[in-house]
Amino acid sequence: MDIRKVKKLIELLEESGIAEIEIHEGEESVRISRGGSAPLPQTMVNVPPVDASSSLKTQLSTNENSSSGDYSNEGEVITAPMVGIFYSSPSPDQPPFVNKGQNIKIGDVLCIIEAMKIMNQIEADIDGKLVRILVENGDPVEYGQPLFVIAQS
Amino acid sequence: MLEKIVIANRGEIALRILRACKELGIKTVATYSVADREQKHVYLADESVCIGPATSIDSYLNIPAVISAAEVTDAVGIHPGYGFLSENADFAERVEQSGFTFVGPKAETIRVMGDKVSAIKVMKKAGILCVPGSDGPLGDDSKQLMKTAKEIGYPIIIKAAGGGGGRGMRVVYSEATLLKSITLTRAEAASSFGNDIVYMEKFLEHPRHIEIQILADEHGNVIYLAERDCSMQRRHQKVIEEAPAPGLSEKTRKKIGELCVKACKTISYRGAGTFEFLYENEEFYFIEMNTRIQVEHPVTEMITGVDIVKEQLRVASGDPLNYKQADIKVRGHAIECRINAEDPETFLPSPGTIEHYHPPGGFGIRVDTHVYQGYKVPPYYDSMIGKLIAHAETRELALSRLSMALSEIVIDGIKTNIPLHQNLVQDTAFAAGGTDIHYLENKLGIK
Repeated sequence: MDIRKVKKLIELLEESGIAEIEIHEGEESVRISRGGSAPLPQTMVNVPPVDASSSLKTQLSTNENSSSGDYSNEGEVITAPMVGIFYSSPSPDQPPFVNKGQNIKIGDVLCIIEAMKIMNQIEADIDGKLVRILVENGDPVEYGQPLFVIAQS
Repeated sequence: MLEKIVIANRGEIALRILRACKELGIKTVATYSVADREQKHVYLADESVCIGPATSIDSYLNIPAVISAAEVTDAVGIHPGYGFLSENADFAERVEQSGFTFVGPKAETIRVMGDKVSAIKVMKKAGILCVPGSDGPLGDDSKQLMKTAKEIGYPIIIKAAGGGGGRGMRVVYSEATLLKSITLTRAEAASSFGNDIVYMEKFLEHPRHIEIQILADEHGNVIYLAERDCSMQRRHQKVIEEAPAPGLSEKTRKKIGELCVKACKTISYRGAGTFEFLYENEEFYFIEMNTRIQVEHPVTEMITGVDIVKEQLRVASGDPLNYKQADIKVRGHAIECRINAEDPETFLPSPGTIEHYHPPGGFGIRVDTHVYQGYKVPPYYDSMIGKLIAHAETRELALSRLSMALSEIVIDGIKTNIPLHQNLVQDTAFAAGGTDIHYLENKLGIK
């Protein structure tokens, strides 16, 4: 087993609250445990390659229910006008279009939604202060999904 | 096998596709409009994506929205169902260009067979008899138009090349009204289908509508799955369908079936498809081909035992068909009633909440519906809410089972055409079998 992998696993263990990790890779296996911790039931942890977007995708249908919360009392909820991938900045190495707390004017570009390889700029249709950003860069979004909350003055 | 597909449709067919996917281990993504959140298949799907507002044009007909939904869910294929984008060649093309598998024929096939004029040309080349007609689009020369009509023989029917499903047609009984009728039909075609090309055909006075179901894979295998008789129609919309066609001999079935298989091979057809004919005086006249799964597929499934939707998905996955022609046998008789949310007499749509729903059951009864008690039938879409199918060893027994089921089924809170179906199963001419495509309208006194 690759020593770098083992080092990464140790880091993972230290960063999280997990007491023990056991990994099986083919015929090899390694178990790393935090010394002197309270006895905890041994749990087999499956560590697939970390792909943040895949776990978010399965939440696609529940996203809308959880974040529609009730932000309507905080301001106008801006929803996605199309299905696609949400990007908060023009490109990966540039800063986001808008930040929380920022004053927004009609026509300001809030984000990009990518659909069928086309980057669609989504503009604000009201003035106000951006009080909430409800999605993260790279999240898949569906039609009508709440994206921002803008408090109108 | 495809790992995950988008079901680009709604209602009962979306549920039908979902069920087939579950059996094949294919993950499902339901795409729905804001008005369709509470559909049964949306709740059952592995993932779901809202693709637009209630209106069809902004949701189910919105090509970028559907393809984008496949992108964000990492689907590998898209099943278009029937209606909506299922026979839109541009959609099929864009799906494939975007890297997804379209469950159906190639875009080019859809394009050629979707244009009624080119489809007729293709069929004639394959040796299939078509209704005598103008053999091409009509020009503007009045003398020529009158000559063509005279040669065909009145009554004739003017049809829009871009039409279909019963729309864009006009019957002409005599020369006096010919030119005016052509002008009117052209104008209607231009506004409904964006294309004013029309052609002329002989209007058959007592034909039956008989269609042949085929299946083709990408390994050169093509089979026919017997026929369906869909003569019980109102305004070109099918009301009751059955399989096999009453009175058709095995010899006749084999002859027309093999011709359709031959035609499929000449156009390298892929997937499920249906050849529609008008049958009169023991001749089959080709009218159009539907390059998709059809509403009435269950009657064929009941008499042959073949799951047509599963075969579609298997073909799309690159697998060969599960059946050879010798495996296809007609067993018994099946009849289907299309249940619509409409007034049984005025036929006006009746959306609303289904307060009370009780399905029928028993041996030989199949119900394909997405509705449930408490379901709200939305006003934005087609009024069909389900199909009630009866299968038995004989046609009489199937009719009797259907009649029993129609007396058991309860759909309260909205109006449905169940009373119309109860009336039709008691109709003596229908019970005898072989009624033609004008029968229902004559019975109801419509013209």
